[in-house]
Amino acid sequence: MQAKKRYLISLLTGAFLVLLFYFGGGGDPGPAATGSRSRHDRSRSGYNRPEQPWPHFSDPLQRLSPWDQSDTEEYNVHISPKQKRDVNSSVYKGKRCRMQSCFDFSLCQRNGFKVYVYPQQKGEKISESYQNILSTIEGSRFYTSDPSQACLFILSLDTLDRDQLSPQYVHNLKTKVQSLALWNNGRNHLIFNLYSGTWPDYTEDLGFDIGQAMLAKASISTENFRPNFDVSIPLFSKDHPRTGGDRGFLKYNTIPPFRKYMLVFKGKRYLTGIGSDTRNALYHVHNAEDVVLLTTCKHGKDWQKHKDARCDKDNAEYDKYDYREMLHNSTFCLVPRGRRLGSFRFLEALQAACVPVMLSNGWELPFSEVIDWNTAAVIGDERLLLQFACVQIPSTVHSIHQDKILALRQQTQFLWEAYFSSVEKIVLTTLEIIQDRVIQQTSRSTMMWNSHPGGLFTLPLYSSYLGDFPFFYAELGIKPNPKFTAVIHAVTPLVSQSQPILKLLASVAKSQYCSQIIVLWNCDKPLPAKHRWPATSVPIIVIEGENKVMSSRFQPYDSIITDAVLSLDEDTVLSTTEVVFQVDFAFTVWQSFPERIVGYPARSHFWDNNKERWGYTSKWTNDYSMVLTGAAIYHRYYHFLYTHFLPNSLKSMVDQLANCEDILMNFLVSAVTKLPPIKVTQKKQYKETMMGQSSRASRWADPDHFAQRQTCMNKFASWFGGMPLVHSQMRLDPVLFKDQVSILRKKYRDIERL
Amino acid sequence: MCTSGKYSSRGPALIPRMKTKHRIYYITLFSVVLLGLIATGMFQFWPHSIESSAEWSLDRRSVHDAPLVRIPVSSPIPERGDLSCRMHTCFDVYRCGYNPKNKIKVYIYPLQRFVDDVGVPISSTGLSREYNDLLSAISDSDFYTDDVSRACLFIPSIDVLNQNSLRIRETAQALAMLPRWDKGMNHLLFNMLPGGPPDYNTALDVPRDRALLAGGGFSTWTYRQGYDVSIPVYSPLSAEVDLPERQPGPRRYFILSTQTAIHREYRVELERLKEENGEAVLLLDKCTNLSQGLASIRKRCYKSQVYDYPQILQESSFCVVLRGARLGQATLSDVLQAGCVPVIMADSYILPFSEVLDWKRASVVIPEEKLPEMYTILKSIPHRQVEEMQRQARWFWEAYFSSMKAIGMTTLQIINDRIYPYAARTYEEWNNPPIVKWSSVNSPLFLPLIPPRLPGFTAVVLTYDRIESLFRVITEISKVPSLAKLLVVWNNQNKSPPEESLWPKVAVPLKVVRTKENKLSNRFFPFDEIETEAVLAIDDDIIMLTSDELQFGYEVWREFPDRLVGYPGRLHLWDHEMGKWKYESEWTNEVSMVLTGAAFYHKYFNYLYTYKMPGDIKNWVDAHMNCEDIAMNFLVANITGKAPIKVTPRKKFKCPECTAIDGLSLDQTHMVERSECINKFASVFGTMPLKVVEHRADPVLYKDDFPEKLKSFPNIGSL
Repeated sequence: MQAKKRYLISLLTGAFLVLLFYFGGGGDPGPAATGSRSRHDRSRSGYNRPEQPWPHFSDPLQRLSPWDQSDTEEYNVHISPKQKRDVNSSVYKGKRCRMQSCFDFSLCQRNGFKVYVYPQQKGEKISESYQNILSTIEGSRFYTSDPSQACLFILSLDTLDRDQLSPQYVHNLKTKVQSLALWNNGRNHLIFNLYSGTWPDYTEDLGFDIGQAMLAKASISTENFRPNFDVSIPLFSKDHPRTGGDRGFLKYNTIPPFRKYMLVFKGKRYLTGIGSDTRNALYHVHNAEDVVLLTTCKHGKDWQKHKDARCDKDNAEYDKYDYREMLHNSTFCLVPRGRRLGSFRFLEALQAACVPVMLSNGWELPFSEVIDWNTAAVIGDERLLLQFACVQIPSTVHSIHQDKILALRQQTQFLWEAYFSSVEKIVLTTLEIIQDRVIQQTSRSTMMWNSHPGGLFTLPLYSSYLGDFPFFYAELGIKPNPKFTAVIHAVTPLVSQSQPILKLLASVAKSQYCSQIIVLWNCDKPLPAKHRWPATSVPIIVIEGENKVMSSRFQPYDSIITDAVLSLDEDTVLSTTEVVFQVDFAFTVWQSFPERIVGYPARSHFWDNNKERWGYTSKWTNDYSMVLTGAAIYHRYYHFLYTHFLPNSLKSMVDQLANCEDILMNFLVSAVTKLPPIKVTQKKQYKETMMGQSSRASRWADPDHFAQRQTCMNKFASWFGGMPLVHSQMRLDPVLFKDQVSILRKKYRDIERL
Repeated sequence: MCTSGKYSSRGPALIPRMKTKHRIYYITLFSVVLLGLIATGMFQFWPHSIESSAEWSLDRRSVHDAPLVRIPVSSPIPERGDLSCRMHTCFDVYRCGYNPKNKIKVYIYPLQRFVDDVGVPISSTGLSREYNDLLSAISDSDFYTDDVSRACLFIPSIDVLNQNSLRIRETAQALAMLPRWDKGMNHLLFNMLPGGPPDYNTALDVPRDRALLAGGGFSTWTYRQGYDVSIPVYSPLSAEVDLPERQPGPRRYFILSTQTAIHREYRVELERLKEENGEAVLLLDKCTNLSQGLASIRKRCYKSQVYDYPQILQESSFCVVLRGARLGQATLSDVLQAGCVPVIMADSYILPFSEVLDWKRASVVIPEEKLPEMYTILKSIPHRQVEEMQRQARWFWEAYFSSMKAIGMTTLQIINDRIYPYAARTYEEWNNPPIVKWSSVNSPLFLPLIPPRLPGFTAVVLTYDRIESLFRVITEISKVPSLAKLLVVWNNQNKSPPEESLWPKVAVPLKVVRTKENKLSNRFFPFDEIETEAVLAIDDDIIMLTSDELQFGYEVWREFPDRLVGYPGRLHLWDHEMGKWKYESEWTNEVSMVLTGAAFYHKYFNYLYTYKMPGDIKNWVDAHMNCEDIAMNFLVANITGKAPIKVTPRKKFKCPECTAIDGLSLDQTHMVERSECINKFASVFGTMPLKVVEHRADPVLYKDDFPEKLKSFPNIGSL
């Protein structure tokens, strides 16, 4: 009996234990389990819930009727669209300026996007930085010296530093600006500014009425920034190089992507006046190991007067670390606001491939209109740092996945080199952004700005379609057009039917990849009659070169309809009978490398220590950095870039010398790709002497020819602000080239057959 | 039952040993515990059962059951929206805080019926079907929380989608009465039809303090960039009409205008365009013979010709979307749905979701002033681009316009991305349609970099027990100038590696790693000992490569650090007879793989192989003891979209197909197995990522008639 009772009790206990287990474990699922199940659970049981989720109403609800038929009809009776536009543009001025209300598009319609720089007035001092800005614009393809042609106007008055306490401050700017005849209340003017306001409040006011002018300003806040009207530029120092600029510091992608420090900062802490509370909170996060955040109170004259309890300790810690060393060895770099929103630190971190962690609420990041900063920086909120000082920032940076760090880091380098490494790039980016607004429907897409090679090298006037450029095939998942257009440069009159050019035409036409042949007639003699050209399976188009100059061979002719261009001299170094095999092979190689030049004879550059300049060599060497464009395949976009991107000074130099056009093309393509060209197998039946027999003998035999090319190289390097050419040690051959296997198995057997 | 039985078997064994008074004591104790348990059980059950019954009745809920709230006349009115508001000034981010899931929590106020003091509702329509759809979508989403104290964003249940139906002042008062209103902080309002006669403001006129506005039809002057969200005007036709996606390509008409409420000034200009360009332009208007109402919305007319709307939109390449009284037009949604490229003419209009969508890829924006030039402008757009825009337009509609749910989720995601920018969706995720996402590649090593020659490479030699051969390999490799370190992966668990003194003396550090299991994937493990980016994977029997060949291979890798750079090349072929892939190791003119028995690659790919190999490929390889090299080739080609690079001429490799296993020869079975691998991997990857090329890399002067001693790499291709 008792045993039965006990049995019953234990049974019940057991049962309830099970129940308890069920409710304890199942009724309160851990946080891990809630994620996927919660929604499901809620709709079924919905326990522990103070309020209902949105109910599913059963009654018929009225529908939204978005067709504003009656509205519009009534509206239209009252006002014409044109009047409406005029009203808008008269109402929205000053802080509410937009392109539609404060910019006169009609000035840009006739001559395109041309920029006028006011002549410099005597006695007006201009800082070095502003001088750099002005000379960049004057040297750019946008420049015009005729104000009546201009779409945009740039002051020659130095507006960079508007801090009244600064020695660079220009006084009486207001009257000076107002007295300018073309000022027109600032309409279509662009004003550059790096510093505004002064101690203690550092306002963003420039101290003169800018009227309807646009601002290209550093440290601009989102409140004052007029979207799609102003341009936010980075703060740069007076030592920032005018052109070229140093490359990023990243040499290779380390795996795992972590560096010695996780997060670093070294900078001032402000004891008085406006500054950032953020910097005061940093010491909480500092751990002297992987997170090193250092501040100093030592700045200004009377810091001792204001110093607080932590100053001495902080200062001591501050002196223990070297800024450069930290910069180069950290995964992330903290970029908190200073007195102003932006700081030099931003560009320094970017160049050092130290991913910037932005703590500067309300800073409109540089070129934010076009750059997607989430791909190159971590944007934090200052307020969160103050609240969870010890948790927020470290946990955020720690939570970022390795792959993401790898991508962020590479993107810092891309952005640095594309838009920030020189004053020229910063200024040109500013102008290109404004140009994009002016040309509107054909402007660049976000992808062009944010992926290699960047907006400055992807000219929207060529095409607004990404697939027309050689850079985006992989991103779009498409392939280049599988045919090429041969462009043959003819300089000798057509006198006999056995001339090399005719054989060349016949041979190239046989290529399975050839879609058409363009003969560029750069000969002084008139065009030969149509029937003189051989009949081929592909169309032959004869174009008479404009002014018969060298540059005309790189004109972006409309008749080039394929992505690939095969550029050939009439007396090309390729042996004419087997040209088709060599061309076919080169074209298949090009399809793998559509952004590069693929060619045959190669040349190299070197630094001549004795003469302290670049040297050029055509000797057979173990490496090369150029391929001659007398026989090369490249993307047709480079014709456009050559013609429209390069300055007239370089192109006319080429035309005058009738030389170096190939070197210039190689410079251009390597500057864009940052990679060497590709040399492919060439049938080695000719010798260098062969060139002497050809019609171009005059050109190559000329002793000046070589010296000219040397001069060209140095001229080009100085315009590019550095040497863009890159060496390569390899040549691409057909897979079975010269292998010990029956020649019948080889697809490109004629390349090696003598 | 099983569990209780287990307990009962223990019970009797425990209790008999106790004394009686203790027994009573224990029974009492048990009873107390039991009572407690029962109470707990009831507590757990009680609200549960009540709620589920309440839930049961939910399906029959009516909006008329919502509580009535009377707004006193003197009830406070919020301030007008502050134009200077930005996320860091008007949004309380502390409410969202640091969140490991990087997901904001959204609370929806329960429905209330607001009436003024005489009982007149604040809205003539009340809750609309669209707003109801939007709120239920949000409450069904991961963003939703029912816990008001944990919410980061609050959504009023007051429907302000259409300003026309609202009493402005009373609506504002109702907003201010919301329990968490707090000057509109972190509140989000959805509005699609802002403004009203006569001036038609481009943002909702209801005073709303600091509330965020997801508005359709913002102009650049009312839109607070980075704070408000520009949303589309939803077209109810989206749900009503099913327009199947059409292949991109040329259409019957070039330009089509279907809007019925076009200002006469613009209509005159459009008619002129039609006169100039004839058939290419189709200009439709409302049908005069049809009565107003829904039916008239579905028909359009040109003279007496009647067309079905929106179906007719699919017959044109470009479709005009002109501003009306408002900047935002529901037509835009219809046009996108039809896969027609919208030609948007609405000066100063902030395009829907322009914060994340790249409209340049899906539309043409033309200033109103340039309407007469429209034809010329559109003609200048290349065909390929028009096709891409058609596809893109359709994708934008599907993903972001097609339903109130899509619009709501996109809006919340945009706000979410602002609060957790480091976890934001990328440009590609927002803008690439699935077909592009599928076929495009974004290489993880995308920066064009040629790494410096130093610090050289690490050779990783996989070995089992062929000591003699291994030592020869080590001796050979150690002659390569750029070798930085040798890592021997000892894959034999039954045998210890030879004593240190027996190993060949080499100038670089030599490390032996012993593995726990004899797995092929061990060779691709990202060992910490590998400190260089460049890795040379080499088998313990590859003794035929010269130092020049290896050094040259490294130089080529430097030029292509994102590719596999290897020696023996292989090819995959489509076998038409069998209808499947075939492996080919013969002398072919093409290459699509290089064997990893001797190949350079970036250490990054070790991570990929070890941690990101799709499907069960890794286990499959280890189980079959084969094809790890094919798997690596698939992996690299898939993520970079690039072919490997074969370097230097073919030479006789001693059994190059055998990996670490002896006895396997170049026979038919082996080939069959390799072919199987290719088919297996292609099915796991869902595609054939391998790329075929016809080139290999040789030193610039290879086989040139040039003194050998002047060549950097003279010893290439010798047997």
